[in-house]
Amino acid sequence: MSDTQTQGGGAGFDLSQFHGVFFEEAGENLANMETLLLALVEGSTDDEALNAIFRCAHSIKGGAATFGFRDVADLTHVMETLLDKLRRHELTVTTGMIDTLLESGDVLGHLLARHQGGGGGPFDCAELVARIGALTHGSAAAPPQPPAAAAPVHAETAAPAPASAVPSGGRVLDVEIGPMDEPSMADHLVELFAEIPGLGTIEPTDGGRADEQRVRRFRVATAAPDGELLDLFSFHVAREQVRIVALVDASAPGPATAPAPAAPAAPAAAASVAAAPAPAPAPAAADSAGYGFFDDSPGAPPAEVIAAPPAPPPEPAAAARAATVAPPQRAAKPERAATGTGNLEQSTIRVPIEKVDQLINLVGELVITQAMLAQTGRTLDPVVHQTMTTGLSDLERYVRLLQEAVMAIRMIPMAVVFNRFPRMLRDLASRLGKQVELHTIGEDTELDKGLIEKITDPLTHLVRNAADHGIEPPQDRIAAGKPAVGTVTLAAAHQGGSIVIEVRDDGRGLNRAKLLRKAAERGLPAHDGMTDSEAYSLIFEPGFSTASEVTDVSGRGVGMDVVKRNITALGGSVEIASTEGQGMRVSVRLPLTLAIMDGMSVGVAQETYIVPLASVVESIHLSADDVKSVGGSGRVVEVRNEYLPIVALDELFEVPRVAERDATGIMIVIEAEGGRVALLVDELIGQHQVVVKNLEANYRKVPGVSGATILGDGRVALILDVSWLVRRARH
Amino acid sequence: MGAHDRDPNAAGARAREYLTFRLGEEEYGIDILKVQEIRGYEQPTRIANAPPFIKGVVNLRGVIVPIVDLRLKFNLGSAEYNDFTVVIILNLGARVVGVVVDSVSDVMELSPEQVRAAPEVATVVDASFIMGLGTLADRMLILIEIERLMGAADMALIEQAA
Repeated sequence: MSDTQTQGGGAGFDLSQFHGVFFEEAGENLANMETLLLALVEGSTDDEALNAIFRCAHSIKGGAATFGFRDVADLTHVMETLLDKLRRHELTVTTGMIDTLLESGDVLGHLLARHQGGGGGPFDCAELVARIGALTHGSAAAPPQPPAAAAPVHAETAAPAPASAVPSGGRVLDVEIGPMDEPSMADHLVELFAEIPGLGTIEPTDGGRADEQRVRRFRVATAAPDGELLDLFSFHVAREQVRIVALVDASAPGPATAPAPAAPAAPAAAASVAAAPAPAPAPAAADSAGYGFFDDSPGAPPAEVIAAPPAPPPEPAAAARAATVAPPQRAAKPERAATGTGNLEQSTIRVPIEKVDQLINLVGELVITQAMLAQTGRTLDPVVHQTMTTGLSDLERYVRLLQEAVMAIRMIPMAVVFNRFPRMLRDLASRLGKQVELHTIGEDTELDKGLIEKITDPLTHLVRNAADHGIEPPQDRIAAGKPAVGTVTLAAAHQGGSIVIEVRDDGRGLNRAKLLRKAAERGLPAHDGMTDSEAYSLIFEPGFSTASEVTDVSGRGVGMDVVKRNITALGGSVEIASTEGQGMRVSVRLPLTLAIMDGMSVGVAQETYIVPLASVVESIHLSADDVKSVGGSGRVVEVRNEYLPIVALDELFEVPRVAERDATGIMIVIEAEGGRVALLVDELIGQHQVVVKNLEANYRKVPGVSGATILGDGRVALILDVSWLVRRARH
Repeated sequence: MGAHDRDPNAAGARAREYLTFRLGEEEYGIDILKVQEIRGYEQPTRIANAPPFIKGVVNLRGVIVPIVDLRLKFNLGSAEYNDFTVVIILNLGARVVGVVVDSVSDVMELSPEQVRAAPEVATVVDASFIMGLGTLADRMLILIEIERLMGAADMALIEQAA
């Protein structure tokens, strides 16, 4: 039950947007593999090459499995098995193997092209799979494949699927449809099936009546892959209601597997599979193990199959009628189908990240140069130098646009991260015996690539925690008057110069009393007078876990502190809100990019420092009376009923002064890691975006300084490490 | 004076070229291949709590480069900064460091025969950083292993593993 629930959550994702990336990578991997294979010779023991080939196959397999391209995944799987034995030296490389692997590569290219958008009909790789299997299992006698064996594949790859060239992988399937409110709907499927010439045959095995579970059963003989059948059936019934059990595979010849020449309509249907991929990873629904659809499936004995009547020939008129079905699909993506001639299309380019970073650096320099020019330009008489000033203001605009455009290159949608979670939650839920549904909001919110990579692990942890600790078992939820299915919500949104990512659950929430008790047991500084947010923050302390028992999922008390540390290291912050019994919300706030930051420049004597704007709470004019001393040397100031420690930047950084500082100054309240301090400076200079430069590249880490930037006049200004300042003042 | 008429074969095989500069009354030489460029001195941005010979960091075309005053480090000459003060920008593998010296003299080619071992004398410069003493007519050049010197712990330029 929980399975279907989580799958429902997963249906909210449209994986198709990542198909482009997959095809591109797969194409690269294929080309790579071919180059490597060609370099191999019989008896080769080049571990590096063998490992590289294995990795290529493995990457393709991983991607194909994710997107539900089962044929690709299956083929790469057997290739991988063979390659694995080769790289572990359990087998030695033979020319036959290299030939077969090369051929497999060609077939993969063909299959991928078909999935990408037309060109070529369904391709049967069973024979190839069997051959690779034979090689894998040590039948070294397997003769090297004559070149002729590979040739037809090439021909098919190029040809836009002439009906006769399509090899038929006939299969006999048991299809169950239901439970349905209107079981007679399934009869439409029979008609629809018959309308597509060459698809095969369908016959009810239940005598046209549904059983008590309102499930209809059919026997289907076809050459079409499961995904295609599902696509077809989903005209009338929901995909989730369809279960397909293969009775006879292509390799086993039966009467019903008579080659069914695919008429033009069949490739069209195939094209539609690729052009409009299922919203859910639905082709995987055919994966019997994955979705638990087959628990009560009867599984007819294969003997029946042999007895099954041969497929009736398709009606001559069917082609005409099929046209009424196909056009809407074909019209959907005509250009995709048209271009799919077997080449892996390239609509994006892959560029090493260093090149992009170099571009960003150069644009950063340009921004600084532009600022310098603008400063100089202001001293010119605008009347005399009118063209100059106009030019400068144009320059400013274009530089800004250029900077935005360049920064956008590194931006990737959050969906890249979010899409990992449906599957993870599903597995988790079934292991924990819970029912969890995942909602995502704002997957298209963009974030810097570097940050995306670093935020994935902390977010995974938070989501796992929400499912494990947050969501209660179904019976508890029902007892609490909540729906049995728990909800975990992932939401991302831009807020000013930051991105806020929330992980929400409607589970049990945090128990304040339990938290405090646990904290006391662990010897953490906890007391009843803590504010809620302080109490909740206790879960970020190392070695803290409120789970009553340790599961293999979480609860070992490592994690939340690491999450917090990782996020803080990225210049972000974490906040927790919770209502007991209603759920909790963890908000992660991150800067959009690590390369550019909003900063406030402050002056201390002759020096300029940058305070990250994100950590500035407020600035207040300070007079001598406001400062109170504690224990002689410690100084505090009262701000909004809170005493904050004062950090004088000139003392801390030993800023040389010509004259003694007067008692007054500007106080900037800065906040980090949940603590606040008052930073005492001489003046506020202004707010602007700064390009963050690494100080450690040529120098070393400096305490209190997180980086450096270049000011409009070309000088270097240091960026303050607010977390360090707060920690130092508080300890 | 000098070795601008380089012979690529001879230079690569045996003789090496050195950039010579003055610190007070002494003349030093460093491997020319480590030198990226020579610039005028500009006021660096001071770094808090750094040793006095680290003058701070400057912006070198977008790269943040630390500036070390070797005169302060070796306690030679007077550390005055005027229009003639020069900074030698060194490219030491992965790092770029600027070194303030009194003046840059020229580039000289020294064959191995012209380089003598440095005697064991107590100096401000640790003997392990001296490659040798180069002789050229009546001049004596102190040849510095600049890369090793800049990487030394007491230069405080590079984070030392605890």
